[in-house]
Amino acid sequence: MEDGNMELKEIQTLEGHSDRVWSLAWNPATGTSNNPPVLASCSGDKTVRIWEQTPSNGLWNCKAVLDETHTRTVRSCAWSPCGKLLATSSFDATTAIWENIGGDFECVSTLEGHENEVKSVSWNASGSLLATCSRDKTVWIWEVMPGNEFECVSVLQGHTQDVKMVKWHPTMDVLFSCSYDNTVKVWAEDGTGDWHCAQTLGESNNGHSSTVWALAFNAEGNRMVTCSDDLTLKIWETDVGGMQSSNDLASWHHLCTLSGYHDRTIFSVHWSREGIIASGAADDALRFFVESNDGLVDGPSYKLLLKREKAHDMDINSVQWGPKETRLLASTSDDGTIKIWELATLT
Amino acid sequence: MVSGLINANPVIYEKKQRRVRRAPSVGDDEHAVEPIDQIEVFDILFIIIFFNSVPKDIKDPEHPYSLEELKVITEDAIEVDDNNSYVRVTFTPTVEHCSMATVIGLCLRVKLMRSLPQRYKVDIRVAPGTHATESAVNKQLNDKERVAAALENPNLVDMVDECLAPSYA
Repeated sequence: MEDGNMELKEIQTLEGHSDRVWSLAWNPATGTSNNPPVLASCSGDKTVRIWEQTPSNGLWNCKAVLDETHTRTVRSCAWSPCGKLLATSSFDATTAIWENIGGDFECVSTLEGHENEVKSVSWNASGSLLATCSRDKTVWIWEVMPGNEFECVSVLQGHTQDVKMVKWHPTMDVLFSCSYDNTVKVWAEDGTGDWHCAQTLGESNNGHSSTVWALAFNAEGNRMVTCSDDLTLKIWETDVGGMQSSNDLASWHHLCTLSGYHDRTIFSVHWSREGIIASGAADDALRFFVESNDGLVDGPSYKLLLKREKAHDMDINSVQWGPKETRLLASTSDDGTIKIWELATLT
Repeated sequence: MVSGLINANPVIYEKKQRRVRRAPSVGDDEHAVEPIDQIEVFDILFIIIFFNSVPKDIKDPEHPYSLEELKVITEDAIEVDDNNSYVRVTFTPTVEHCSMATVIGLCLRVKLMRSLPQRYKVDIRVAPGTHATESAVNKQLNDKERVAAALENPNLVDMVDECLAPSYA
């Protein structure tokens, strides 16, 4: 990827939510030749919307509105790996599981237990485990049982504040959480079903100095990027082989810090399959970063590939790359819209 | 929520002589874009009742102290950059341990959210050195997820609305 030969095309603005759009999730089972891409978005208007691209004209349409289930803001949503189930977490302290039954979405299960706002939900790679986190400072792990039953297998305590996001590693059953307490925690199972905190990445490990809002992994799973209210992005690295082979779990170390780009809180970051990091922030801007080969003497570094000021009229809350090898990106904003972008190579 | 007086005897300052905003004259284009300035933002925040010193049970309509009279907010503590759509309000809690600091801050944020164009970015903070848990208060007031969740709490919204009601007059 050379400098200056990429451009960001705005494909479409999706309107329909009546309040800020917090988060979105692409259905991982869609986006193939006979299966047009589908995404879900969730909002302060207490609803979830399902959007699908029409193959004939390429336009996105709202296919379903999931309402009358959550009674407060829907903060986060996540598709199961097979794309059949959608989990949504809400400020109403519950997580709902929706099943797509012939195009209709039915709420088939409600996960209760958190004391207050559930901020994030994530499925593991095989779809057998679900994780949720809350302002109640806890992270819960749920096992997916037959018949849409979900059993809480662990309540993880360790964060000292509001937990903002949970995310499973892309290949291993290792869970990551980030928090208002400025840390990222790595949670692992010890082989007997007990989960524990294997590592804490805090300011003393070159970590963040304010709320960590989000994290994402590269395709290989050996690097992680985190974004924060301290206006930086940080790249972390681990030896994946080491993680798999023994109980010497999760030893992540700081690789580099990207600072001086966004000038307000960075709410979201996502890593594309081909290695492009996208970030969205309260400065209304989108930025894209790639690994730079210039500074190999000093170790790996990342450089700005492209930026788009005023990508939205208000704060950007979430950025997510599309599934498969497309260069589609979706972003959500306080302005109530979702935008679909394509990162294209200039010809 | 406030059962006793947190600051029973607040110092009351005289209201500062207001600078007069220029009234639009006949020839003005009423559709012209008028930049937002410090005085306008100050006006927006002007008459919030200082409920800290006025507990609900003995609310005295004769003494509706404004945040200005208590020097919680002064004009100088409002920084406005209209070109970049940015406002920062620095307020001074009357006592160092004022437990109402986050509620005052929330009221300020809500009033600005409802009054300024949505393009505006707003930072609210307590004046450096004026509150025992300054950084914790600032962090909470500027975490929009916490603010959004607070504003879905009917009791808090009632309290904020009650504080702001006179300011919409």
